[in-house]
Amino acid sequence: MTSKTMLRAGLYLILILFALFYLMPLFVMLTTSLKSLEEIRTGSLLALPRDITFAPWVEAWSTACAGTQCEGLRPFFWNSVLMAVPAVMISTVVGALNGYVFAQWRFRGANLFFAMILFGCFIPFQVVLLPMAQMLGLMGLAGSIPGLIFVHVIYGLGFTTLFFRNYYVTIPQELVRAAKVDGAGFFRIFWSIFLPISLPIITVSVIWQFTQIWNDFLFGVSFSGAGSQPVTVALNNIVNSTTGVKAYNVDMAAAIIAALPTLLVYVVAGKYFIRGLTAGSVKG
Amino acid sequence: MEWLERNVPKMVLAPSFVAIMIFVYGFIAWTAWISFTKSRLMPKYDLDGIGQYERLFAAPRWDVAMNNLFIFGGLFIVISMAIGLALAIFLDQKIRAEGVLRTIYLYPMALSLIVTGTAWKWILNPGLGIQETVRGWGFESFTFDWIIRPDMAIYVIVLAAVWQASGFVMALFLAGLRSVDGEIIRAAQVDGIPTHRIYSAIIIPTMAPIFLSAFIVLAHLAIKAFDLVIALTGGGPGYATDLPATYMYAMAFSRGDLGQAASSAMIMMMVIFAIVVPYLYSELRPRHDK
Amino acid sequence: MYLKSVLAASTAVMLAGPVMAEPTAEVLHWWTSGGEAKSVAVLQDQFKAEGGTWTDMPVAGGGGDAAMTALRARVLSGNAPTAVQLKGPAIQEWYEETGLADISAVADENNWADVLPAQIAEHMKCEGQWCAAPVNVHRVNWLWGNKQILDEHGIEMPTTWDEFNAAAEKLQEAGVTPLAHGGQAWQDATIFETVVLGLGGPEFFQKALVDLDPEALQSDTMKQVFDEMRTIRGYVDDNFSGRDWNLATAMVMNGEAAFQIMGDWAKGEFLAAGKEPGTDFVCAQTPGEGFLYNVDSFAFFELDGEDKQQGQALLAKLIMGPEFQKTFNLNKGSIPARTDVALDDFDSCAVESNKAMNAGAEDGSLLPSYAHGMALRGAPAGAITDVVTAHFNSDMSSDDAVQQLVDAVANAM
Repeated sequence: MTSKTMLRAGLYLILILFALFYLMPLFVMLTTSLKSLEEIRTGSLLALPRDITFAPWVEAWSTACAGTQCEGLRPFFWNSVLMAVPAVMISTVVGALNGYVFAQWRFRGANLFFAMILFGCFIPFQVVLLPMAQMLGLMGLAGSIPGLIFVHVIYGLGFTTLFFRNYYVTIPQELVRAAKVDGAGFFRIFWSIFLPISLPIITVSVIWQFTQIWNDFLFGVSFSGAGSQPVTVALNNIVNSTTGVKAYNVDMAAAIIAALPTLLVYVVAGKYFIRGLTAGSVKG
Repeated sequence: MEWLERNVPKMVLAPSFVAIMIFVYGFIAWTAWISFTKSRLMPKYDLDGIGQYERLFAAPRWDVAMNNLFIFGGLFIVISMAIGLALAIFLDQKIRAEGVLRTIYLYPMALSLIVTGTAWKWILNPGLGIQETVRGWGFESFTFDWIIRPDMAIYVIVLAAVWQASGFVMALFLAGLRSVDGEIIRAAQVDGIPTHRIYSAIIIPTMAPIFLSAFIVLAHLAIKAFDLVIALTGGGPGYATDLPATYMYAMAFSRGDLGQAASSAMIMMMVIFAIVVPYLYSELRPRHDK
Repeated sequence: MYLKSVLAASTAVMLAGPVMAEPTAEVLHWWTSGGEAKSVAVLQDQFKAEGGTWTDMPVAGGGGDAAMTALRARVLSGNAPTAVQLKGPAIQEWYEETGLADISAVADENNWADVLPAQIAEHMKCEGQWCAAPVNVHRVNWLWGNKQILDEHGIEMPTTWDEFNAAAEKLQEAGVTPLAHGGQAWQDATIFETVVLGLGGPEFFQKALVDLDPEALQSDTMKQVFDEMRTIRGYVDDNFSGRDWNLATAMVMNGEAAFQIMGDWAKGEFLAAGKEPGTDFVCAQTPGEGFLYNVDSFAFFELDGEDKQQGQALLAKLIMGPEFQKTFNLNKGSIPARTDVALDDFDSCAVESNKAMNAGAEDGSLLPSYAHGMALRGAPAGAITDVVTAHFNSDMSSDDAVQQLVDAVANAM
């Protein structure tokens, strides 16, 4: 063996070891969700299931109890969809327009304002809970899905604006100038020049926002009412049993179900994610 | 009409401007105000001096939380960057199955720790997880019990956080590597410059903006780290893994000590300010127009 | 089209006008699973049977922390729930800050004052009026033992802490983990308060953990308490950090450990697993005298709307109804707050608990649990717990712990 092939073998070894490290928790979750409680109690944590059972999955989806309601995750899953889809769309659209202005239509104070938006990305959400509750009450959005959408749009703006601004800033300003000379207006230029080339960065923005919003627990638990609780809150209710034997297999199945949409987005769109990052947002 | 045309960009930004002024800066001001009051269960607005800050600095638990933030934040950012960069460079070597590996490295970012917390707890639990398994293989003296040791538990938090974010950093760096002009690299290769020199002298220096982007994402995750601690250790053993965010939450919501929570939030905000503003300044300072 | 629907809507409103409002309730609670969820479901069924509409708002996690977060957000947004699980001095604290609904009419009509122990009734009142309804009484200072292990090693349930230590040493030499414990702050605090009660007695407990008397806090007795905590730390297994309490109970059940110090919700675990008190497990009060109570209750916010107010009244009535008190407490391991509920269906530990509660009400040893938010408001209680858990999970000396305790309490006032 030459040293070159040795080197490559070592390279693959390292990459595979890291892959195992990243996969470990998912592996534990998946195998546990397919075991019976008896097997979990007696067997090793890292062992493969002896008898595969899907019963925990069925229970987590449709019959697990979260409070007095025993309908599993299903109704809450739908709440999350109703919340996440509009919130992702609105924050992406607003972020795109903001980014377009910051990148191509600079005016005095624009940089300062951009910095202020960015700083907003860092505000810890625990800080805004109570004043936000008051504002939502004033606006009549408390305890509702529109209220949750509103909150997620506001606190997603910073990142979406950042993504689009960094992407559009790489596009030569001559293009806009030329279009203006041709008589095209603000929206016209956006629509016919910028939007068509935006697919990669839209992907980045959508993936990022969807992950953040879908996985959010703190806003979900604070600003939802009965009937509008998102899936993370229901998951928490199912998993946080304080009495009785813990149904770990159901817990794990529920956790994976709650995570499926984001996992799917990463697996399916991950390639575009990297491409989107390559295309612009890294060029500052 | 011409006026309208000229001001459209500003009008597009206006809603965001109003929203940010109210929901970020207004709320920070609100918090600042509350931090000077004796608010307990619910906000009260009668000013009462700096008593909350004195209480905050007298609390040993807050010292632990701040220390942890620096240990955790520092290690988390450095290790995630190092692993992210290493993996990106390795993956850039025309690796077969790159797509699969990339997805595996990236997926943890998709999961909330509310989801993976229990699995992590088991893996790290000496009686159930890695330690037990490795001992089962015959290595009787193998020990991995950080999660139950007050002096080491914070490093477990770092481990889980690195697990979650390093793949994302890898993606950022990989994107950066791919966007470096292929011509330059080929020219260097023709000149017979060794690969590691090409990386260290040519490619990595061009990626400065990516280091900054990665830093901002990681710093943002570090400061907001909350779920992580709650899911893995609940702040324990004792309060050894408390972070400012968990401290603030405990004060505001389980203790009914809102004024105290607000003062800790303000200190957190100042730390954020000290870290982020220099970055923003360097990023946004006026440059020659391209 | 628009006009039409507006017309339709307004006709509907006019038609529905003067009908009697039906009771409705939105109930915020953190009993989301197992026996507790079943018990809440019983209440829900009774509520529906009386013609009410129940909206369930469960928020689990952190022993009610998440629910309290949600509650604050709801109250601040002007959208307070009809009823909420609240307990201890937090009830009065909420009353002072936002006001709570007066349910004295229901309470007087059903003679609550006559059927509740005076100390517990006091927790349900805000400035003399009734503002909360108690569900149960948990006793916190229980010591649970695995009968088989104890018999095997010839150990009686200890009645002093010295006896406990001696028993633990013996077990440890025999290779048995003496104490099953979960290293979470509130569990550390639970052991701490039983030691305070055991070593200091009821009067000292009252002074130190209810009145927060600085002299009691820095007394030698308190130092002894921390010494004992350090000793107890030696009796738990290495792997205790972060363990949930029910897993610790399972250790006693499965013979992996001999004792657990935990409130009587642990009994619910034993019973659910089909274990019999006296044959499989034994219960005894933790070394020393007294009764530390932890009372779950529901409070009601002041709300507009006939339907909601009726819902609150109905809910209060049902919660204190003998029927619900019995069913709920059979599920949860506690005893009814009402003293007039027949205990025929309850197990021997519950009967003993009831006896001790009545005796304690007479001689003043019926005391509120600090670890479970019955004795103190959030800030001082939390400050004490910080010190207790920091001491238990490190090598802090008892002297330092006492000093920190005094400072922390002063700092939290």
